[in-house]
Amino acid sequence: MDPNFLEFEQPIADLEVKIEELKRVSTESDLDLSVEIDRLTQKSEKLTKDIFSSLSAWQVTQLARHPKRPYTLDYIKGVFSDFRELHGDRMSADDHAIVGGLAKMGNQGVVIIGHQKGRDTKEKVYRNFGMPKPEGYRKSQRLMKMAERFRLPIITFIDTPGAYPGVDAEERGQSEAIAKSIYLMTGLKVPIISIVIGEGGSGGALAIGVCDRLLMLSYATYSVISPEGCASILWKSADKAPEAAEAMKVTSKQLMEFELIDRIIEEPLGGAHRDPGATIRTTRQAIQEELERLLKLDEKSLLMQREEKIGKMGRFVEA
Amino acid sequence: MNWFERLFPPKINVSSRLSGKRGVPEGVWIKCASCQATVYGAELERNIQVCPKCGFHMRIGARDRLLALLDDGSQEEIAANLRPVDILKFRDSKRYKDRIVDAEKSSGEREALVVLKGTLKHSTVVTSAFEFRYMGGSMGSVVGEKFARGVDIARELKSPFICFSASGGARMQEALFSLMQMAKTSAALNRLHEDGLPYVSVLTDPTMGGVSASFAMLGDIIIAEPGALVGFAGPRVIEQTVRQTLPDGFQRSEFLLEHGAIDMIVGRLEMRDTLASLLGSLGFRGSLIPTLSDLLPEDATKS
Repeated sequence: MDPNFLEFEQPIADLEVKIEELKRVSTESDLDLSVEIDRLTQKSEKLTKDIFSSLSAWQVTQLARHPKRPYTLDYIKGVFSDFRELHGDRMSADDHAIVGGLAKMGNQGVVIIGHQKGRDTKEKVYRNFGMPKPEGYRKSQRLMKMAERFRLPIITFIDTPGAYPGVDAEERGQSEAIAKSIYLMTGLKVPIISIVIGEGGSGGALAIGVCDRLLMLSYATYSVISPEGCASILWKSADKAPEAAEAMKVTSKQLMEFELIDRIIEEPLGGAHRDPGATIRTTRQAIQEELERLLKLDEKSLLMQREEKIGKMGRFVEA
Repeated sequence: MNWFERLFPPKINVSSRLSGKRGVPEGVWIKCASCQATVYGAELERNIQVCPKCGFHMRIGARDRLLALLDDGSQEEIAANLRPVDILKFRDSKRYKDRIVDAEKSSGEREALVVLKGTLKHSTVVTSAFEFRYMGGSMGSVVGEKFARGVDIARELKSPFICFSASGGARMQEALFSLMQMAKTSAALNRLHEDGLPYVSVLTDPTMGGVSASFAMLGDIIIAEPGALVGFAGPRVIEQTVRQTLPDGFQRSEFLLEHGAIDMIVGRLEMRDTLASLLGSLGFRGSLIPTLSDLLPEDATKS
């Protein structure tokens, strides 16, 4: 099985194998197979469109976790210039699951913060699978306060399964670190744009995700608990994760319907990993538009709008 | 087992009072889950559910807790009419709608947070407490809204805000709406702090997940009841992640004090005095000493 293709994409993978085979034959011999290749390529594209037009929440979850998907540092490289990474919480450590630093978008200085996952095993371990510890959130708070001091907008990239559930993280105050981050962001006097690029995992995601504009890649997910975690608690079995993903309505489309996010960034056909360059260009365009709009607001209206946005999140009745 | 018993095994959380075993009529004699002593129900009630033999703090309902804290007759409920809605049409083994009905029956409350305005030793306060029997004290839209309204009323009254947490975390049945309550409650506290008003957070057994990782840890002063389980991730999740047995007392109040996460551990019987004293030192003192106008006949003060 081709690791580039997810299980539900296997029919596409099979076609792609055939196309590759025909291409190989046609270059190795003098046979002109271009008509046949074109036909199969069109068929593959149509099949992809069909499959992707009706993805289940669980299939989207798998796409959001796709190992070939662009990560925060890929976006930083493609969207901004002059990025300089800044390290450490000035207290105990530098968390590699959260990266941050200064950069420019055109002439505008910005502060960037994002979860970072790793690709190969070694890098995955180094990045702790994108699961931050308290020092990561404290680094993020430090950079946000600096952004406020120098009046720089903040752009955050969300891509984490969740904050790290470990003994050391608890000892150093994981709850406090997340709580303080959320608290800080509710009152920061500079514009904040957050983009969910992959997995938006619970409090660990929200800790860098309280913002003025919440954007989401079309095949990203955002949820209060992982589908596996939800399934093991409510269905008593992690195998029911697909049902849990569906029930929690974790996709960008579903969250847009509930007005919990502000904008969807469309991914190329087949997902961001099929064309990272195009994905990053679309994302850049979206960030630029949002940033221009937010920079026009004075501090008071910015904070008022944020407070209103946060305040109206929730559904209830007054009986 | 229901879902919160899975999170918090009966051994550590469900007092015998709730399990009603041994054929003893419920409420008359209660067996302490810690020292196994049999205690007379009325005595336990007078002792605000603290075992008179060993001092073990049993779970207590939100309303009972706040009524014991505030001055008699001063209490007034805030946002009592807010009810949850099943916006996602959430269904696991049971429908969320049905869980709401069950939770109301088993807890006698209409949501997992009770907010009462009142006086504490004659000083106005707005207090809130979680009802753990209502879906494990989980935080959904109603909890977030009630918390925020409580805070805003404290601002109107220029009074402190107190919250007693007892919660498994965010309410999964409200999915991302419940996650966003972490931001909503934090934003409310930001307004309170801008106004220069104090917020005291009291952590009780258990305080976990999204509640622990938002307003519970944002107190100007953070107090914990003895032996309360407090943490971000549940012990089982951590055990599965690190693949080792957790040390005794991990994530308990005493552990948190040792690691600098909280200001103090205070027993329930001393809570009223402690809170009044702390708020008094912060400048929120009730007038225990009668003023001149209280003592003199009405026309005497006019001259």
